[in-house]
Amino acid sequence: MAESPLDVLLKGNSGRTTRGLLRIIILATIAAAAVSSRLFSVIRFESIIHEFDPWFNFRATKYLVQHGFESFWDWFDDRTWHPLGRVTGGTLYPGLMVTSGVIYHILRFLTIPVDIRNICVLLAPGFSGLTALAMYFLTCEMATSPSAGLLAAAFMGIVPGYISRSVAGSYDNEAIAIFLLVFTFFLWIKAVKNGSIMWGALAALFYGYMVSAWGGYVFITNLIPLHVFVLLCMGRYSSRIYISYTTWYALGTLASMQIPFVGFLPIRNSDHMSALGVFGLIQLVAFADFVRGFIPGKHFQRLLTTMIIVVFGVAFVGLVVLTVSGVIAPWSGRFYSLWDTGYAKIHIPIIASVSEHQPTAWPAFFFDLNFLIWLFPAGVYMCFRDLKDEHVFVIIYSVLASYFAGVMVRLMLTLTPIVCVAAALALSTILDTYVFATNGPNPRAKVNEDTSSEGLRSARKPDVGITSYLSKAVMTSSVVVYLLLFVAHCTWVTSNAYSSPSVVLASRMPDGSQHIIDDYREAYYWLRQNTAHNAKIMSWWDYGYQIGGMADRPTLVDNNTWNNTHIATVGKAMSSREEVSYPILRQHDVDYVLVVFGGLLGYSGDDINKFLWMVRIAEGIWPDEVKERDFFTARGEYRVDDEATPTMRNSLMYKMSYHNFNALFQPGQAVDRVRGSRLPAESPQLSTLEEAFTSENWIIRIYKVKDLDNLGRDHNTAVAFDKGNKRKRATKRKGPRVLRTE
Amino acid sequence: MAPKRTPATASTSPSNTSTSTGPIPAPSAPTMPSASSSSNSASLSSGPKTLTTNSSVYDIAQTVWQQYVGTTPQRTLLLDAFMAFLVLVGGVQFVYCVLAGNYPFNAFLSGFCAAVGQFVLTASLRMQTSGSTSSYSTSSTVSGAKGKGKKGTTGAVADGEGEKGVVSHERAFADYVFGSLILHFFCINFIN
Repeated sequence: MAESPLDVLLKGNSGRTTRGLLRIIILATIAAAAVSSRLFSVIRFESIIHEFDPWFNFRATKYLVQHGFESFWDWFDDRTWHPLGRVTGGTLYPGLMVTSGVIYHILRFLTIPVDIRNICVLLAPGFSGLTALAMYFLTCEMATSPSAGLLAAAFMGIVPGYISRSVAGSYDNEAIAIFLLVFTFFLWIKAVKNGSIMWGALAALFYGYMVSAWGGYVFITNLIPLHVFVLLCMGRYSSRIYISYTTWYALGTLASMQIPFVGFLPIRNSDHMSALGVFGLIQLVAFADFVRGFIPGKHFQRLLTTMIIVVFGVAFVGLVVLTVSGVIAPWSGRFYSLWDTGYAKIHIPIIASVSEHQPTAWPAFFFDLNFLIWLFPAGVYMCFRDLKDEHVFVIIYSVLASYFAGVMVRLMLTLTPIVCVAAALALSTILDTYVFATNGPNPRAKVNEDTSSEGLRSARKPDVGITSYLSKAVMTSSVVVYLLLFVAHCTWVTSNAYSSPSVVLASRMPDGSQHIIDDYREAYYWLRQNTAHNAKIMSWWDYGYQIGGMADRPTLVDNNTWNNTHIATVGKAMSSREEVSYPILRQHDVDYVLVVFGGLLGYSGDDINKFLWMVRIAEGIWPDEVKERDFFTARGEYRVDDEATPTMRNSLMYKMSYHNFNALFQPGQAVDRVRGSRLPAESPQLSTLEEAFTSENWIIRIYKVKDLDNLGRDHNTAVAFDKGNKRKRATKRKGPRVLRTE
Repeated sequence: MAPKRTPATASTSPSNTSTSTGPIPAPSAPTMPSASSSSNSASLSSGPKTLTTNSSVYDIAQTVWQQYVGTTPQRTLLLDAFMAFLVLVGGVQFVYCVLAGNYPFNAFLSGFCAAVGQFVLTASLRMQTSGSTSSYSTSSTVSGAKGKGKKGTTGAVADGEGEKGVVSHERAFADYVFGSLILHFFCINFIN
């Protein structure tokens, strides 16, 4: 009877409180684990904002904190998209910045002085703890056993598919959006179950918050109507559904229209039309249901037929008129690319050029979800077994999200929550079956039952539990092994794959010690300290946000790709000959041009590898002047060595990348380590630009655009003249560039 | 307005407002006697006019209307009148928008959304309250049919109104006020 004190603790009234306390402790531990596993990047590197988009969010947050909410709302940013500027306040999702601004002011109010940067860095881990909590609530609505909720919370806390977007420092919209997504779904399920206005209104409020935080809100906008529609088709109309859906839609649509960036989209854009359609449909169904209360079936059917014909006729005419007159906007391009994966590549190269928008490779599913991915179908099957309204939701969600996750890498993020729910349902069923069926209080109760009642009862209720201790032990221990493997996998993935800031690179020295490559910040701080405050920097759009955030200099294009023509202009300047590019640079007031070059270090994400996208985007606007075919050799290869095409070798990008690169090597030995090819013997000659800065490992090279020549010559002749002079001064020049290494 | 409502939608006159706002759903009262089973129909159609199998659509609508007036309690009628008024308000705004142009589009949208949202919330309130009120008020008249009817309508829905859907009147009204407050806050914020 060693268990007896434990039994006292776990049974009856005190047992309930004990279990409640245990649950709270477990949830707190899960949240702590979720937060701490995301701190690898801070420990490995430092407290720094990661990647590209977060730099813009960080900059916007700083602006919000400095200038207050009012001016943030009306912020016109003249330091991006140089000649045009950007109406930043009206073209961003403010939820993230406002959240961290509020946290900042609360902490200041509590007299805890904390840097806004640290709030931004730690916001994503903090919200991941809340996500785990929301996940617990959501799963508890699905399953009777509380272990499913706890398992789901634990999975959500450490699953790599979610960690990939929420490590410390990745200060992006998804950081808070996933929490809002899960919590909105929880409130929605609660509303459907209870049929109360309050839950529906709360769901609408959190939906509004979600709209303010992430463009992915469209997923909710379409998923909830689909859920309602499927329920209606299953003949499950009830007043609960009417109340929750109409409340959610009426309030949620109004809430979403408060965000200036969304504006009138909910009534204009076709992405939102399904919600409106289902709203109308549910009104009809409710009315029909109401009328059915008064008259017998046969007459009701006649009435119904008349009604249906009238309504559909009017609705069809209305739709045609609206579409023809252009009130309803056609579907957006990103939407098309969800259905036809080849669409973006043909029509909108700017969408296809983002690596996040590529289709998912199949190992990524296992990499991001590990053993959850094969528990996932089992969990969906469990939902089919007791098909309540909320289980229908899980099924629809899983089907939709699996499809979308296959289409776009970044949508793996929306699949992750439902995988956690389904896997937790499956695993908790397995565990309950094997652990509790005979082990816990059940067998004793059964024994009592059998002894007290006659044999009939035991015959009526056959013993289906698992009695063998061997099978229980095998099953339980294998589940434990899988869970341990999962934890190990998650930790490994998080620390190795997802914790790199990509602003700071890490490599290993031959002796195994870590070597930090910090070229980005070196170059950006060079810009910050050595150039005029209003010097315009031209670079490919990937680096726009970083230049704005770290170097604080105006840029021509950045990651908010709102103006395709402007980006194509930059692409054209990069891919044309100097004689063509120079006027473009002059027209746009460009002072410096920044390129990323990985040839020395073998850093594959450099501009030469992205160059074809620049060409394609430029070709989309100027098909006569820039041709992608000219950059391939006759055999269709993309080369940078001796066999590179003349167009390629004369392009500004090529010249800037390989300018003076030969000087590092023995004559004729220059090798590009990314492309793995030997370069031409003589360095490309630049006449309209001059090298201003090259970072330690040559990752970033900055060129200054020369002013017009004093004597009115064109730059080519001026350079030729200088060359003639140069012999005398050659001794004064510094020796050939050498690779600085510590 | 209310008397015209039901026949107007049922008979085939195409009305503009009914499609845009959703046609005036006076939502179902779950405990209203369901006529899905033919056994109930005899007791239900004991109104002034008895329906034959091939009576016209108009006749059916008439019967529905008479049934409605006869069985609905006073408080619910009040709610219905309010809903009809909201439909009227929404319809007038929509017609104005179509005829006179949508220049202050924010203002139009928030006004229209306020009408629609308030309508929907009221309909929800009606569903939540009329269910139990009618169970008191109409229990004397159709108490026999009620039990069967309830089973017929909601029995298919696994755990329908039975345990969870029933909300006390005070709770329903508090929810209603909560929803309306949020709704009008957003509208005022949006109206510019």
